[in-house]
Parts: sequence; structure tokens; C-alpha cells
Amino acid sequence: MENTLLDIKNLKVWYRTYKGYAKVVDGINLFVNKGEKVGLVGESGCGKTTTMKTVLRVLDSKVATVPEGEILFKNRDILKMKYNELQQVRKQSISMISQEPTAALNPVFTVGSQIMDIIRYSEQYKDYSKSEMLSLAVKTIKDVLIPDPERILNSYPHQLSGGMKQRICIAMALVTPRELLIADEPGTALDVTVQDQIHKLLKALVEEKKMSLIMITHSLGVARELSDRIYVMYAGNIVEVAQTKELFKNPLHPYTLGLMECVPRLYGGGISEGIYGYIPDYINPPAGCRFYPRCPSAMEICEKEKPPTVSVSEDHKVACFKYH
Amino acid sequence: MLKYIIKRLFQGIFVVIGISILIFIISRVVPGDPARMALGPRAPQFAVDELRKEMNLDKPLPVQYYYWFKGVIKGDFGKSLNTKRPVITDVKEFLPATLELALLSGFLFIIFATIIGLLSAQYRDTWVDGLTRILSYVGIAIPSFVVAVLLLLIFGYLWPVIPTLGRLSSNITPPPTITGLITVDSLITGNFAAFFDALKHLILPAIALAIGPLFQEARILRSALIDNINKEYISVVTGYGLPKGVIMRKHLLKPSFIPVVSVMGLDFASLMGNAFLVESIFNWPGLSRYGINAMLNKDLNAISAVIIIYGVIFLIVNIIVDLIIAWLDPRIRLGGE
Amino acid sequence: MKNNISANENTADIKKKSFLSDNTREKLRIYWYKFSRNKFSILGLCIVLISIFLAVFAPVIAPYPQHVKEFVDYDKAGLPPCASYIFGTDVFGRDIFTRVIFSFRGALLMSVIVLAIAVPVGVLLGLIAGYYSGTWIDVIIMRITDVFLALPPMILALAIAAVLKPNLTSSMIAVTVMWWPWYTRLVYGMATSLSKEYFVKNAELIGASKPYILFHEILPNCLSPIFTKMALDVGWVILIGAALSFVGLGEQPPTPAFGQMISDGARYMPDLWWMTIFPALAIAFIILGFNFFGDGIRDMLDRGR
Repeated sequence: MENTLLDIKNLKVWYRTYKGYAKVVDGINLFVNKGEKVGLVGESGCGKTTTMKTVLRVLDSKVATVPEGEILFKNRDILKMKYNELQQVRKQSISMISQEPTAALNPVFTVGSQIMDIIRYSEQYKDYSKSEMLSLAVKTIKDVLIPDPERILNSYPHQLSGGMKQRICIAMALVTPRELLIADEPGTALDVTVQDQIHKLLKALVEEKKMSLIMITHSLGVARELSDRIYVMYAGNIVEVAQTKELFKNPLHPYTLGLMECVPRLYGGGISEGIYGYIPDYINPPAGCRFYPRCPSAMEICEKEKPPTVSVSEDHKVACFKYH
Repeated sequence: MLKYIIKRLFQGIFVVIGISILIFIISRVVPGDPARMALGPRAPQFAVDELRKEMNLDKPLPVQYYYWFKGVIKGDFGKSLNTKRPVITDVKEFLPATLELALLSGFLFIIFATIIGLLSAQYRDTWVDGLTRILSYVGIAIPSFVVAVLLLLIFGYLWPVIPTLGRLSSNITPPPTITGLITVDSLITGNFAAFFDALKHLILPAIALAIGPLFQEARILRSALIDNINKEYISVVTGYGLPKGVIMRKHLLKPSFIPVVSVMGLDFASLMGNAFLVESIFNWPGLSRYGINAMLNKDLNAISAVIIIYGVIFLIVNIIVDLIIAWLDPRIRLGGE
Repeated sequence: MKNNISANENTADIKKKSFLSDNTREKLRIYWYKFSRNKFSILGLCIVLISIFLAVFAPVIAPYPQHVKEFVDYDKAGLPPCASYIFGTDVFGRDIFTRVIFSFRGALLMSVIVLAIAVPVGVLLGLIAGYYSGTWIDVIIMRITDVFLALPPMILALAIAAVLKPNLTSSMIAVTVMWWPWYTRLVYGMATSLSKEYFVKNAELIGASKPYILFHEILPNCLSPIFTKMALDVGWVILIGAALSFVGLGEQPPTPAFGQMISDGARYMPDLWWMTIFPALAIAFIILGFNFFGDGIRDMLDRGR
């Protein structure tokens, strides 16, 4: 437990809509150890981003509520923190890379001005002189392998390519030292080769700086490459968690199996059909297992009762009646 | 940027020519015989014919327009029926008062709209927001001429602490005319008694004109701010722990100001239109009151002069607004995507 | 995008159409939810309904319908608000309440006629210019529109009303002439981008006629902003009409109009304050109502959220 950096316990997040509450995150448990790289895998719209935005408390409080749960960061509950304490966590401990680099950068300020603001209001560098701040910004930009950093600093976001903007977002997250980096599907909006470069860069930087990483992705392949341990999330629930090797050797949950099928393979059956159906309605979710309507091996009990989480081995847990 | 300005000015020339054609149609073609109107129904026919020849009314319309426009460019709008003086002389006399009033009310609405918009967005859904919302509805619902009448009632009869009519009290010696704006002239010459007196006279009509656009701008700013609060880039900087005030004043205000500025041109137009009524109510010796008198007496030369001048002023305001937007928004200034 | 064709389903239709399919009912339910989420919109709807009711049934509701014509009763002149004259009487002894109710009539009639002419003209020109964007048709229509938009609207209306005979018809003509270009510009922007969309290109490929493309493919997708603008504009037309009649370029006495009543009353301030205050409140009431209503329509037709 000494080693645990972030520990999310039974977290629920609901959104207000005109029909009632959408129960998007439905009691998830997740922890990250110091220096550990964790993958959070699931299809679009299953609550991954919502969970992680709740960690930094950047969701619109008019729309999103947290009816239950704890987010312990070094044993202090982020959800109960006062504003000043929360600001310290945001400034020094956790940073998040946004999914959409184009939306994440303010269109009316130069890239440099946005990076400089983070430096200016950070704990570590607030006393720096202007030129020291500038050279730190240049160094960070160089770290994310962008040539000609001075020119980039003076550019506006709309003058840069998607890959550039993604690198800038990474630079912003790494400009001051942090303990935990949350990367929300970086590179999804980019083409595959650029995406791959971004992933490699991210891995190198995280390992070099000995940070913890939560990698949000919809692809098990990406998670395998970048993480030590993988959480599989479906419709607001964690359905399976295991060490990466173990998960690929012995996948248990029908949803995990379905995701594995989605990865195209060089030989074998070619591209499979994936998982039939869509993510359920969050306002009136299925009473039992949320995966029940799509599950190929559904049983009668799955319709009525929520599956308990079963430990298969020490690190391998699965929420399914099949293994009960 | 320079290229952009030149392009806008070039477009402006075409718009002015268009306006002049429109005004020519309104003032020369629609009302019938301008010569007869100028001389009145009892003038003898030969005098009317004489004047028709003098005004080139016997020639085809395009030729008439040519002569008329040539005069307009030189500032020759003909004589005013009302004042019996060249219209241009009247314009020179009355324009500064209107400019002074418009500048002060424009200044008032920009400053207060920003403050109120920021406050109501920052204290969204509290009593501050509720109060400004109610005030904004009041500002929208009560037309400026009604505000003017009410101000006149309050400060003219019930609580006469501020003068309600004219530009300057009769016991104050007016400063020498330099710019024509009494407040500026009195400041230049160090005549503070005149300055404060002029300001007192200005404030009521300026409030009557500013109050409508003020609350509308504040509402637009508020909703732009609230829209942008949910933008990803704001949640990103929030996540980096930037102070609330910095996010509000810098990261949120600049992009939110763009829609406000683009409506400002329109609001300035409504301000100029409302000035026609407000100047008459406060007996403000400006070009708008002159224009209203011209309209009520069908003084066509004066009407066309006033409208062309307002058209040009509005054009300049619009160019300034576009330049401010280009300055705020690099996507417009630098092109791209 | 095309699903929004039914955007013109008015909220008032909800009860009438409840026998419709579940899908339509669901849509109407969402519209009503979006409209009624803001309580001010419901208030606006109420004010709009009351105004229409007063305007239509003015001769029945007004206690002294004869007071809108030539009428003098100096015995009852300048009475403050009381039981028989709830808004008081003016200097000729006419009931202010009656005259205010008839002003509603004139004001609403004016906005209906102005919008009924200006909107179709403006929309049609905008559609044509937008569809043929880049050609000489576009250039001619939009340059003319620009000229009208280059003058402050109220000044243009005043000038046109001034050169015509001072009466209600002239003021309607004046306001109509200044109003259409705003719709042209609104529709032009949308039509330009829509005409590049695939569903329009497809219609062209299968040989649909130009009018069919304009009215069945492009127009339905422009309707939401048009309806929103119309709902908001009713209030603004009333405002400009009041301004024209305030300076004496609108409806002529003895027929009452808001602006004219306010300017008459202003001469008897502060003693006969009710002559000014009640017409002013009535204007505020109606403009506010249509603004709330228009905001509600905007919320209702807004695709986001």
C-alpha cells in the first residue's frame, strides 16, 4: 500500500440529462503504483475519459455529479480537497494529456504563451526570470522532438499540424515534473505512423522521468505496448484487470475476448466481426451485468444480478458469473 | 494585416457609392418633384421650371445622379429648406455634438458591458447573475426613447440635480472651438468648470443611448464565456492548476470577446438610430436632431446629407470592428485552415 | 441534418398532434423539454398568447372602443387611474387602457405584415444568391443587400418613412424595406455551404429541378435559424414601429399607437404621468414577451445539447 500513488475506490459519476441521470461511471476500482504504467481499455463512450477527468476535477460541476466514491491520491481524497490543496495536486502531481489536441489548445494564444502560463503558475518555477522560463519552454519543446522550437513557440495552434499539436500537448503535460501522467488516447486523431511515433515518444519520456502513467485507449494492442497492467472497462464498470502478459495469455471476460478478436492478425481467421451491438443506455442500464445484452455466453442470472468481482489469481480479477 | 485594411477600404468605397445611389432614389425619385417640394405648393410654375433646370431635373436620371453625386463628393448637398443655409454649414455645426454623445455612450457600453458580462458569468446562477439578467431584460424591453423620457421625468421634475436640456448651462462660458467636442475643448484649454458642466449635460442622453446595447453586449459576453468554459482548452488549463482569475481574465476572456466585438458594430448602428429620438428629447443640438427636423419637414437635401454622413460613419465603425476582430483572432489575421 | 425539417412543429401543436406516431411524439417531447427548460420561455409564450388575444379581441375587451376615434370628453379629462379607467384618461378624456389595447392591435398587425413580406423576399433572394454563389447573380443580389445593411436600420427606416406620406402604411413599407436584407444575409451564408453538400449534389445528379433543390433540399435545412430570428424580430419590428410613431412618422391620431401615445404623454409630464407610463409598460411587456419566446424557440431548435 505504501507504493500506491492513486487509488480510486467505488467511484460513481453521473451526468444530468433531460431524461434523468446518466450513470456513466458505475462504481469502479482502480489503483496505480509508483512508476507503474497502467492501461485503461474500452470502446468509445464507456466512461474512461469521464473517470480520469474526475480525478483532476475538471468536469463541469453543473452537469456531472459524484454520488459515491473516493479518489485517494497519496491517501488524501481528491474529491474532498479544498481548492488550494487541489491546486497543488494539479500543479505538481498529476497532469493529463487531452484526447483532441486541436480542442485542447486555445486558438487565440500562441503555443508559447500557453506553455509559459503553465511555467509561470507552477510551484517549482514561479520564481524564474522570464528568460529562464523561456529556455525551459524551449527545452521542453525539444524534448518532444520538435525541430525549430523558437518558431513553434511563436505559432498559433491553427498553423500547426495535428501531430505537432499532439506533441505540444505532451510538452505541456511534462513541462513541470509530475508523478502521474494521464494520457487520454493520444494520437487517436492522427494517422497510424504519427500515432506510433507519439506512443514511442510518450513511453520513452515516462520511463526517463520515472513517472506513473495511465494510458487510456480503445485498443488492446496499444495498451499491450505501453502498459504493465491493464484494466478493461465496459459501460462504466471494470470488467477485468490483470498484468499485461497474464491478460493476453489468459483472457477471461467475454468482453475482453471480444476486444481481442478485434485486433487484426497476420494469420488465422483474418479480421473478425468484433462485438455485436452497442453500448447500453446509461439512463436505464441493464439491471444485472451491463454487458449482458451483448454477451455471447450470457446466462439467466446475468440479467438480474450484478456479477461480483472474482480473484482468479493474485493480480487477475474478473467480474463475471462464468468464473463465480 | 495592411493588405486586409486596404481591401476593406476598397470595399468601403463601393458601399459608399451604393449608399449614394440608394439615397438618391429615396430623396430624388420617390418623393416626386424635388423642385416643387423645395419651393412649396404656391410657387409659380415658371420658378419651378427654372429650379428644375438649375437642379438638372430635366435630364435623364443617370445624368441627374452624376451631377448630384459630383456635388456630394465636394460636400455640396444644396441648401436646407429649414435653415435656408447650405446643408454642409449646418452639418459642420451640428456633427461634433453628435460625435461627442456617441463616443461617450459607446465608451460607457463597452466598459460596463465587459464588467457586467464578466461578473454574471463568474457568479453564474447566483443573485449577481439573476440581477444582471433582470436588468438586461429591462434594458432590452425598454426602448431608449422611453428611457430618455423617464430620465427626463426623474431629473427634470422629481430630482433636478442634473441638467436635462442642451449641451452647456447658460452661465458657463463655452470654450473656444478646437475639436467641437466641448468636453475635449474645455480640457485642452483648462476650463474645468465648463468640462464638468458639459459632462453633466452629456451623461443623461449618453445613458439613454447606452443602456440597451450595454445589457445586450453583457448577455452575449456572458453566454460566450459560459460556452467557452466547457471548451476542452479551459479544462486543460484548469487541470494544470492555473489560478481561476487568470483563466477567467486571460484564457476565457479573449476568445469570448470575439462574438461581442462583432455585435458591437450592430449595436453602434442602433445607438446612432436611437440618437435621432434621444437628441430630440434632450434638445441636444446634434446632427440627429437636425435630421429629425429635416425629416418632419421633408427637407430632402438635409435628409440625404445626414444619411450619407451616418452611412460613412457606420462604415468606419464597421472597419474598426473588423480590425479589432482580426487583432483578437489570429485565425482571421493570419489566414490558414 | 435533414431530420430537422420538422423543426417548425410549434409547441402549441403538441396536444393536437398527440395521436401521431411515437417517434413524432418523442420529438415533440424533446422540443417541449428544450423550450420549457427555461422558465422565461414559458412566460414569453404566455405574454405572446395574451398579446395576440388582446389584439384579436380588442373591440370586445376594450371598455370604451369609441375612444380610439375622434372623441372628446373634457369632463373626464386627465383622470388618474381609477376603477372605471384603470390606466386613467388622457387630456381629451379618452381611456388609456382602451387605447393601449388597440395599440397592441396596430403593433402586432405591423409586425405580421412586415415579416410576411420581408421574410419570403429576403429568404428567396438569399437562397438564390447562395445557390448560385460565385456567379453574377450572387454578386448583384449580395452587393445590393450590402448597401441596405450598410446603413443603420432605424435611420434607413426613418428616411424612407419621411419621404412618404406619414401614416401606418408608409411606416410598414419603410420597415419592410430595411428588414429583408437581414434574412438575405442569414440565408445566403447557410445556402452557400449547403449547396456544396452531397445531398444537394446528388439531387443535381439525378436531375432535380432548380426550384426543387432550392425549396426541398436547401430551404428545409435553413428553417431553424429563420424561425428563431422571426420570433425575436416581432419584438424589434414593434420597437422600430413605436420609434417611428414616436417622432410622428407612423400611425396618425386619433388612431392610437404606442410611440405616439408616449410622445403625447411626455408633454404632460409629470402631472399626467399615467399617459406615458402605461403605454411604455405595454411596449416593455410585449417586447420582453417576444424576446423570451424567441429565446425559447432558439433553445428548442438548437441542435446541440
